[in-house]
Amino acid sequence: MGKQFLLGNIKVPGIHTYDVYRKHGGYNAAEKALKTQTRDQVIEEVKFSGLRGRGGAGFPSGMKWSFLDQKSDKPRYLVCNADESEPGTFKDRFLMEKLPHLLIEGMIISSYALGAKTSYIYIRGEYMYVLRILEKAILEAYAAGFLGKNILGTDFSLDLYVHPGAGAYICGEETALLESLEGKRGLPRLKPPFPAIAGLYACPTVVNNVETIASVPCIVNISADLYNDIGIGKSTGTKLISASGHINKPGVYEIELGLPVEEFIYSDEYCGGIWKGRSLKAVVAGGSSVPILPANLILKTAKGEPRLMTYESLSDGGFVSGSMLGSGGFIVMDETTCIVRNLWTFARFYHHESCGQCSPCREGTGWMEKVLHRIEHGHGHMSDVDLLVDIAKKIEGNTICPLGDAAAWPVASAIRHFREEFEYHVKYPEKVKDPKHFEKEPFVSEKLERAVH
Amino acid sequence: MSEVRFSNDTLTLVSKLIGRYPEGRQKSALLPLLHIAQSEFEGWLSVPTMDYVASLLKIQPIEVYEVASFYSMFNLKPVGRCLLEVCQTGPCWLRGSDDIVIHLEKKLGIKVGETTADGMFTLKTVECLGSCDTAPMLQCGAAYYENLTTESVDALLVKLNADGERSSYMK
Ligand SMILES: Cc1cc2nc3c(=O)[nH]c(=O)nc-3n(C[C@H](O)[C@H](O)[C@H](O)COP(=O)(O)O)c2cc1C
Ligand code: FES
Repeated sequence: MGKQFLLGNIKVPGIHTYDVYRKHGGYNAAEKALKTQTRDQVIEEVKFSGLRGRGGAGFPSGMKWSFLDQKSDKPRYLVCNADESEPGTFKDRFLMEKLPHLLIEGMIISSYALGAKTSYIYIRGEYMYVLRILEKAILEAYAAGFLGKNILGTDFSLDLYVHPGAGAYICGEETALLESLEGKRGLPRLKPPFPAIAGLYACPTVVNNVETIASVPCIVNISADLYNDIGIGKSTGTKLISASGHINKPGVYEIELGLPVEEFIYSDEYCGGIWKGRSLKAVVAGGSSVPILPANLILKTAKGEPRLMTYESLSDGGFVSGSMLGSGGFIVMDETTCIVRNLWTFARFYHHESCGQCSPCREGTGWMEKVLHRIEHGHGHMSDVDLLVDIAKKIEGNTICPLGDAAAWPVASAIRHFREEFEYHVKYPEKVKDPKHFEKEPFVSEKLERAVH
Repeated sequence: MSEVRFSNDTLTLVSKLIGRYPEGRQKSALLPLLHIAQSEFEGWLSVPTMDYVASLLKIQPIEVYEVASFYSMFNLKPVGRCLLEVCQTGPCWLRGSDDIVIHLEKKLGIKVGETTADGMFTLKTVECLGSCDTAPMLQCGAAYYENLTTESVDALLVKLNADGERSSYMK
């Protein structure tokens, strides 16, 4: 097993309570940072660790922190993004439920580094039971003197609150999240200004993902040096992967960045291989928004090198033959999966979740859902396949926030790699009448069939 | 219809919640308050309920309506005592969420979006609930029911029927 920076103590009974967490070294990092390091030192450590945003975009966290407007006389805010709504992603829920104090400790250190006196954790409303767990842990942290006035006798004070959303994927986008936290509809803002200059209540704000913030105590504890020893190149440290779909062992796994994809899928330590003894057809490696890859391209790059779990390796080949690490939502599909139907569920999702501000996204996601519905149900035309590509192209890059891109990429990539399967649905409508059409007889590309016979 | 008003205990909680945000930013407490209101007033937000929340926050009613209608967890029409929300997104579909929806429709004698005649169950499909590793799954109130099979769904319906309690995200 690789290094477990985040989940090392996950199996300790009662680790969700303050006492047990503290007994196992919890809050040592907060103590070290607040008592022996300056704010700038903490920021430098995070910079040097190479930690990158775990919410999906992978932006260097230390650099993001250093953009925060420190000259403004307004209050500064740290907001933790616990909206986690990207299909296939459930690692933040796992982390908050099992290790609430790790996130709280991360919030304390990060707020200290940024000079925030009030911080919020914005959690998706559906996770209400997790919110209760966090609130209980926060009360414990107040009682132990790690939150509130003059923490550990220093002049640093912090109030920490959890704020529930109410069902909207778009509120995971950081500026929509801030709107929502202000009690409004979750409509993404035009940038600039960026939150670092004008975020929550128009004050300088940093928004970070749960896992990003939970990685900070470890960096302070073991030093940035040891943290970035793990990983390859610009992918340092460990990453939580949410593994779902047709595998033997779905769940959350902490991996060292750099682990070969093949090992992740087939090793018993991780996914444990494809269920029911079937073979691998495709993987969506970083949450529903990233391009889907067929088995051959997820295991090896187009150049024939083993594909690794890093930001760089997963995107090797660009959108022609690569994908992205994204949020680490690793969705595995076996040979019986209908790519069109899976994509239709994604398109339905994006249509449902588009906030409606930008016409290309509002209208385009609806058209894509409709066209995919008709192809999947055997009412499609041959021209529909190119129509989908055309719609996706017209959404991409033409919206205020990246939800439009997130809706377009899965469509474009599925057609890029599985076009014949879409055409099959149009050509043989009677063969796709049964909603489980490929379950008994997996789809085989005609090209492949010819090669075999 | 009786007057819409929170209990004194709830009003204490409300002022505590408002206190979490800077002065003049009390509107930030809107989503938390709407969750409480929905839970206390039969699982949905009527216009009088929303007007009441507006008055507590000293904002215009329209500011509440536009928010309540934006977020999928708020019901603007009455729902059954138990709101069953089955996840239907890709990862859940891969592990058989369609079968669960079909089974529930048959068992309850309703279609998705409908409520049983006795007002006990409303069936809804929702998007990824962040529980894809335990798919197929559904949410009822704050609880997640995971790794569903048709048998476990049957058992759940029996249990919910026996409890007879109204589902709420807040419990
Ligand atoms: C449509 C959309 C949804 C997003 N959802 C989330 C989310 O649920 N959680 C998250 O941390 N980031 C999400 N993001 C990314 C955030 O905008 C932001 O980049 C992130 O919270 C920054 O934190 P990080 O740098 O620590 O990753 C989303 C972005 C978009 C465009
Ligand atoms: S797809 Fe159903 S919980 Fe994620």
